[in-house]
Amino acid sequence: MPHDHDHDHHEHGHGHDHDHDHDHEFSELSDVALRVRALETVLAEKGLVDPAALDVIVDTYETRVGPRNGARVVARAWSDPAFKARLLEDGAKAIAELDYGGRGGEHIAVVENTADTHNMVVCTLCSCYPWPVLGLPPVWYKSAPYRSRAVIDPRGVLAEFGVRLADDVEVRVWDSTSEMRYLVLPMRPAGTEGWSEEQLAALVTRDSMIGVGQPLAPGSVA
Amino acid sequence: MNGAQDLGGMMGFGPVAPEPNEPVFHARWESRVLANVIATQALGWWTGDRSRFARESLNPGFYLTHSYYEIWLAALENILAAERLVGADEIAAGHALRPARKPDAVFEASNVVSALTRGWPSDREPQAAPRFKVGDKARAKNMHPTTHTRLPRYARGKVGVVEIVRGCHVFPDASAEGRGPDPQWVYNVRFSARELWGEEADPRASVTIDAFEPYLDAA
Repeated sequence: MPHDHDHDHHEHGHGHDHDHDHDHEFSELSDVALRVRALETVLAEKGLVDPAALDVIVDTYETRVGPRNGARVVARAWSDPAFKARLLEDGAKAIAELDYGGRGGEHIAVVENTADTHNMVVCTLCSCYPWPVLGLPPVWYKSAPYRSRAVIDPRGVLAEFGVRLADDVEVRVWDSTSEMRYLVLPMRPAGTEGWSEEQLAALVTRDSMIGVGQPLAPGSVA
Repeated sequence: MNGAQDLGGMMGFGPVAPEPNEPVFHARWESRVLANVIATQALGWWTGDRSRFARESLNPGFYLTHSYYEIWLAALENILAAERLVGADEIAAGHALRPARKPDAVFEASNVVSALTRGWPSDREPQAAPRFKVGDKARAKNMHPTTHTRLPRYARGKVGVVEIVRGCHVFPDASAEGRGPDPQWVYNVRFSARELWGEEADPRASVTIDAFEPYLDAA
């Protein structure tokens, strides 16, 4: 999965050991890093932020919330028609059954890909993204090329991601302009009959839940 | 406002460039910016809508040439300065030079997980009956407020169809200005690509936005 990442795989050494960036790193810190450290120091000295709370916020998004959450939601929808019906009716409410929810996903709509319709999600105005199920958005999602082109040239953008749709497939682009966040429910790959939710979840990529990718083929995972 | 954030339909930025195995943060300072934005917003003195307005109020030249978290940082600094909480001189000094007003409660570590899990829902009790129903045609207003709005320029003046009534939500245009939630109905409105982009556009593509009722006229 070329555009995907897993929270278990990334690690640049930050986020878990906040005591390490003192004197020995001082000379290596960029201007912006120094500015952020100064800002945080001032905020903490004034009693406006609790640095320990900041640590918990960072840890939450580095280790607890990410696209594996969404993959579990998709796998359950593929396995359980009643859950899928609830998910399409009220995404956030059904997703809460798996204990996911909260900031950046208080309201979630799930849009279903079919043989006739492909859905794709963007936020042209900022970076709205369903945090509880996908984590924080990747840089490309927040960047000008994607935000500018997704609405005017969706098929061109999809082609760059390697998604080639038949001409008669309708493309629906969902621009996240309110607090409603979007999760794409991709089509279940053929050849996965009888698979467990856990096996199915392994096929669900982050990009397939944004609508710029397809799930992995059954043969691609052991 | 017609700021650099309103990117839909612009050209010249080149291809989308995904990064394989992208980390959640590219440097520790990025994670601290995110956390400070969340923690200071949780004090309740300003809304997420105001934070967005602070980002889109940055000079377009700056906005288009700086990274996401640099934009977040600059906007946070501007809000903190406007609120007389942190001055540029204090950031330069690296220490507080004067006291700031005290919050009722700081965002504490023991509250973070439950607060993030609860989130900050935007739905509110309706103040009036909805003007539109599913299937209605609606024209997005040709409006150009100098303040925050969530109606993208590419949809202004265009006619779409109401597909879903989303309920009543905090109105960002009011919330960003400190005018309270001013709840408004939200409608999912679908526009054909040809309506938005002209006759040469893909006949089998469409774009939907979630539009607050004040953005729409009957069509």
